[in-house]
Amino acid sequence: MRALDDVTKDQLRDDIPSFREGDTVRVNVRLIDFKDTKNGVVRTERLQAYEGVVIARHNKGISSSFTVRKISNSVGVERVFPLHSPMLESITVVRHGRVRRAKLYYLRDLRGKAARIRERRY
Amino acid sequence: MSVGLIARKAGMTQIFAEDGTAVPVTVLNVEPCKVIARRTSDRDGYDAVQVGYGAAKRHNSRAVQGHFAKQGQEVTGGLKEFRVAADAEFELGQELNAAQFEVGQKIDISGTSKGRGFAGVMKRYNFAGGRATHGAEKVHRQMGSTGQCQWPGRVFPGKKMPGHYGNERVTTQNLEVVRVDAESNRILVRGAVPGSRGGLVELRPAVKGA
Repeated sequence: MRALDDVTKDQLRDDIPSFREGDTVRVNVRLIDFKDTKNGVVRTERLQAYEGVVIARHNKGISSSFTVRKISNSVGVERVFPLHSPMLESITVVRHGRVRRAKLYYLRDLRGKAARIRERRY
Repeated sequence: MSVGLIARKAGMTQIFAEDGTAVPVTVLNVEPCKVIARRTSDRDGYDAVQVGYGAAKRHNSRAVQGHFAKQGQEVTGGLKEFRVAADAEFELGQELNAAQFEVGQKIDISGTSKGRGFAGVMKRYNFAGGRATHGAEKVHRQMGSTGQCQWPGRVFPGKKMPGHYGNERVTTQNLEVVRVDAESNRILVRGAVPGSRGGLVELRPAVKGA
């Protein structure tokens, strides 16, 4: 991978806050809509926020990604975001969590009170 | 005018396109290439340019030295020919680099595929193999039947069977050029390219149009 780093280095984002598994993050995702109007197809862009617990991070240069899990209408939803994607407008850390694993896949089997994560304080 | 190039496969990575989509790309480092000789239909029966690439080996046979000396060129690491139009103009010694290809252009890439040794039919021809359970014994990866019975009484030629797989010339057609970096003489194409990292590959304009 090292030899290819200079191909991707100008696309790596430096505005990503440091966060880890167990943290609650809010991701603003750019959405592009195409609407048929009288003046042809109009392209509009809007932001959608997605907030949840980071349950996994995959660190691999430009291909790095992270998985955010949340419970939406009592259904568990997980989204995998490419960390350096230009489609992510911003990532903000809402809460730091204290966890003892790198991958929190056990949360998938827990609900409600059991799925809580202790807050990390410094 | 794009002719052809020799490059080394550096490996695969991904980049983000302008619309935010992640594009899988293969990075190709173009070898220093220059025109060594010209083939013409009058003299050779076909039109092509002979392209020399890479740094010369330390020792070269008299025959090799003679070939380059005849064209008045310095010895290079290797030679490859690319067909060109009869009226295409090339000077001997002319350097060829990544800039001859443009972004969005479709190209064909040939290389030597990774050698897999003596491979079974599942790996070599994507046969389904046998069942893992339900009483299957010793037939998990076998090829099954090779044909009928007393008639024809033989296995037809060309029957797909286990054997040597890989380490052969493979061409992938219509790969899209995603980025051309003239400065570092590097080309990025969308998708996979035959061969291992560090392997030599040949780049040519696509034969089957856009």
